[in-house]
Amino acid sequence: MITINAQSIAFILFSLFILGGGLGVVTTRNLIHGALYLILSLFGVAGFFVLLSAPFLAAVQVLVYIGAIAILIIFAVMLTRSMTSLTEAFNRQWWLAGLVGGLLFIFLAAGIILPVWGASSAYAGQPVSDVVATTTDLGIALVDGNQYVLPFEVASLLLTAAMIGAIVIARDDE
Amino acid sequence: MIALWMYLLVAAALFCIGIYGVLSRRNAVSILMSIELMLNAVNINLVAFWRYLTPQNMGGQAFTAFVFVIAAAEAAVGLAIIISVYRNRKSVIVEDVNLLKW
Repeated sequence: MITINAQSIAFILFSLFILGGGLGVVTTRNLIHGALYLILSLFGVAGFFVLLSAPFLAAVQVLVYIGAIAILIIFAVMLTRSMTSLTEAFNRQWWLAGLVGGLLFIFLAAGIILPVWGASSAYAGQPVSDVVATTTDLGIALVDGNQYVLPFEVASLLLTAAMIGAIVIARDDE
Repeated sequence: MIALWMYLLVAAALFCIGIYGVLSRRNAVSILMSIELMLNAVNINLVAFWRYLTPQNMGGQAFTAFVFVIAAAEAAVGLAIIISVYRNRKSVIVEDVNLLKW
């Protein structure tokens, strides 16, 4: 079904990064290790973006997620260090959570695979076109008055508000 | 080329791993990390559908960029709340933060 070439090997490798990192995040007791697994998973997602010909998003993924959010999480883990490995990692409903996650995955997998089951490989989920919009088009779309300029400005306002709010919440009152 | 459903399957698995983490972990920071996993699964879906169905319309990539913004804002505010709770109650275990529990 999958022809062996550089692209499929990269896909399998990045899938292993993503799913292995994700499983590490939810199972490991040590939160620093969890944050490192999270970085592995985020890096795999960046690789997927490259495979899907979205290089700008891959760069933003590395800069924002790995460079900012993962480091922020490591900071938070260190600031709350005394709690990290003293207590039980999972709550009492962990088996119920596993059941919910597993059942949801079964339903989602059925919904994804059944529509393409038995379809010829030439048809099953190939891109409609190999002509792909470039990063320039993304930049134009984000500031074009007819497309996404209003959500873009609202997003920048949201970021400003979130940063000010984070400072106010985390500040020591004394 | 890789078919669309393979990307969707990996994204669905990542989303379910995130759901398991959110529901089963006790530490607030690991719950936040699981939420990041779920947001990333959504991002994979958005970019995969953009690439395979509408590669010339920038909607998919633009929405992914907005999800990045939401994730950054959510992580900053969430971690600030966690640090504030830790300072007041000396705990980041979500079961210990039961002030509003009736």
